Amino acid sequence: MSREARDIVAERGEYRYGFEWPLDTERLPPGLDENVVRFISAKKGEPDWLLEWRLSALAAWKRMEEPRWQNVRYDPIDYGAISYFAAPRKGPATLAEVDPEILRMFEKLGVPLEERAALAGVAVDAVVDSTSVVTTFKEKLAALGIVFCSFGEAVREHPELVRRWLGTVVPATDNFFAALNAAVFSDGSFVYLPAGVKCPMELSTYFRINEANTGQFERTLIVAEAGASVSYLEGCTAPMRKENQLHAAVVELVALDDATIKYSTVQNWYPGDKEGRGGVYNFVTKRGKCLGARSRISWTQVETGSAITWKYPSCILQGDDSVGEFYSVALTNNRQQADTGTKMIHLGRNTRSTIVSKGISAGEGQQTYRGLVQVNRKAAGARNHTRCDSLLIGPRCGAHTFPYVDARNGSAILEHEASTSRIGEDQLFYLRQRGLSEEDAVSMIVNGFCRDVFQSLPMEFAVEAKKLVEVSLEGAVG
Amino acid sequence: MLELLDLHAEVEGRPILHGVTLTVPKGEVHAVMGPNASGKSTLSKVIAGHPDYVVTGGDVRFDGASVLGLEPEERARRGIFLSFQHPVEIPGVTTSVFLKAALNAVRRSRGEPELDAAAFLRLARERMQLVEMDKELLHRSLNEGFSGGEKKRNEIFQMAMLEPRLCVLDEPDSGLDIDALRVVAKGVSALRSPERTMLVITHYQRLLEHLRPDATHVFVDGRIVRSGGPDLAREVESKGYQWVR
Repeated sequence: MSREARDIVAERGEYRYGFEWPLDTERLPPGLDENVVRFISAKKGEPDWLLEWRLSALAAWKRMEEPRWQNVRYDPIDYGAISYFAAPRKGPATLAEVDPEILRMFEKLGVPLEERAALAGVAVDAVVDSTSVVTTFKEKLAALGIVFCSFGEAVREHPELVRRWLGTVVPATDNFFAALNAAVFSDGSFVYLPAGVKCPMELSTYFRINEANTGQFERTLIVAEAGASVSYLEGCTAPMRKENQLHAAVVELVALDDATIKYSTVQNWYPGDKEGRGGVYNFVTKRGKCLGARSRISWTQVETGSAITWKYPSCILQGDDSVGEFYSVALTNNRQQADTGTKMIHLGRNTRSTIVSKGISAGEGQQTYRGLVQVNRKAAGARNHTRCDSLLIGPRCGAHTFPYVDARNGSAILEHEASTSRIGEDQLFYLRQRGLSEEDAVSMIVNGFCRDVFQSLPMEFAVEAKKLVEVSLEGAVG
Repeated sequence: MLELLDLHAEVEGRPILHGVTLTVPKGEVHAVMGPNASGKSTLSKVIAGHPDYVVTGGDVRFDGASVLGLEPEERARRGIFLSFQHPVEIPGVTTSVFLKAALNAVRRSRGEPELDAAAFLRLARERMQLVEMDKELLHRSLNEGFSGGEKKRNEIFQMAMLEPRLCVLDEPDSGLDIDALRVVAKGVSALRSPERTMLVITHYQRLLEHLRPDATHVFVDGRIVRSGGPDLAREVESKGYQWVR
């Protein structure tokens, strides 16, 4: 190996979103007990049933242990040192009333909130720290019967929908982090598509952690009634801080007969500096239920941020002939660690699932793919195709793969392909010999490696994802 | 003009080149023939600046200036092109995406405007004809699943696109059948020009029958042991390399 390849890895390119914006914020002192949960619930003006749900989650959480099976290392999290509620003090009702400081912050983030939203045809819900600050395009969507609003608003305006579906995919006591979220979640997004409605635009949420020592616990719930379809994208950024920040979100998707939900994530939380100081701890539970026949749920994620990623967007394929998909690009550079993958649970007949996972490790990054394909006894004719590729850049990173298969029906057809490769000196030399710089050569190889996944993103976001991967790899070579 | 001056090089601490001295005047085509493992490929990699190959003595000069301190991409942008014996495969990167980026990198360094997608495609379709290359290959991943012949044609096609001033062709004929060999040779011949210097490394004399180089050098054990005209190539082929040792 050449000198370049041995020194490979070094500083990550500057994190573009690392600024802290001075917003007027209301926040709770650190610590978590019943009073905190009651405060949050009261603050949101929630009905009793939701408060009870939160309290039961808190009680369960207190009895639970933080999971230790994941292949990541970090110092214990002091849950008593985290503030569980922070919100910009000015609560807006419409775009015109949004605190101009918030608008400027999102402008700096490159999020299209106003005219740019109109041009891009993207409806945006923006969540700062814990509270949804604005939802664009609400009226246009409402004309079609589509509900797209903050979670808090959904609880006020559509309590029957929230009550019917909340926790039906990820129960309040599902796991340690999901239970924590259920107890203290303060906002998030809610989407409801009535039967037969195809959402005419991409729906999008941008999450932002702004305040120091604050956890972000948002909750997203998307319900697509029979024949409905929607494509939804979330993006995330956070300021650069020396301390770690906790993000424990929950996303639940429900697709009824013939409904389609496509959920894309571009996750760019602050990854920490190159020595591994700071960065977001991203412990997220995402799960979709294909409840109806012929329904389809597709997860696409591009994970470049966070110090630690713990995330397994999964599909429960309950309806007959339902389809689950998981397309993932995860990149770890410097000291980042990711343990990510998916679960495909085949319950219905002739259910199909596809898993395409592309893991890229550079620097001292550690990357684990963890996947489960489970075929239950009654899931005759189930099919899964898994493709799991790892790409290593430099000698100090690692890639690990834990594919679990649990097939209890003899008619299942499961395929698994896997590869691990290193960016070859010969590949780099070939491209450089043609005039490309070493960095351009690396990003070209990496983008080629990710192509299958980028192709499954909505086009405008594929471009963004490609750039993000390039930026995240800056300094990985040379 | 390419000048190799008492060039010594090693790879992983193993000396391979033991004092190569050679001058190829501008516009000429010279052939280097030699047996397997004589260091011919090393010679091409050293000229192009492969980081695994360490120059331990001597110099490589192109148009009067040493290139040894230059990165591979800097040499490429100065007009040095290496046609690889074993072109690598790059999954997911189409030939057109790769070559457009490369061409524009080279054009930028020459102070020429970049080509947009349409202009690039026009030029590419035209230059592909030079080596009778299937246009579909532009839209496939670079060299992935290409036959041996397609890979070699793709090298010459890239050369035609990048318009280098020094071409080092490392066994452009290896693994080709007679028809493919003729196509590749025809493509290389078409790219001969008074402004373009070529060093063609080969095992066999057949390619040279097509190319008719200005001079032939026999390369054994990391150095040039004999130089001459077209007759030398024929003589080596009939008598074997033992004869010149």
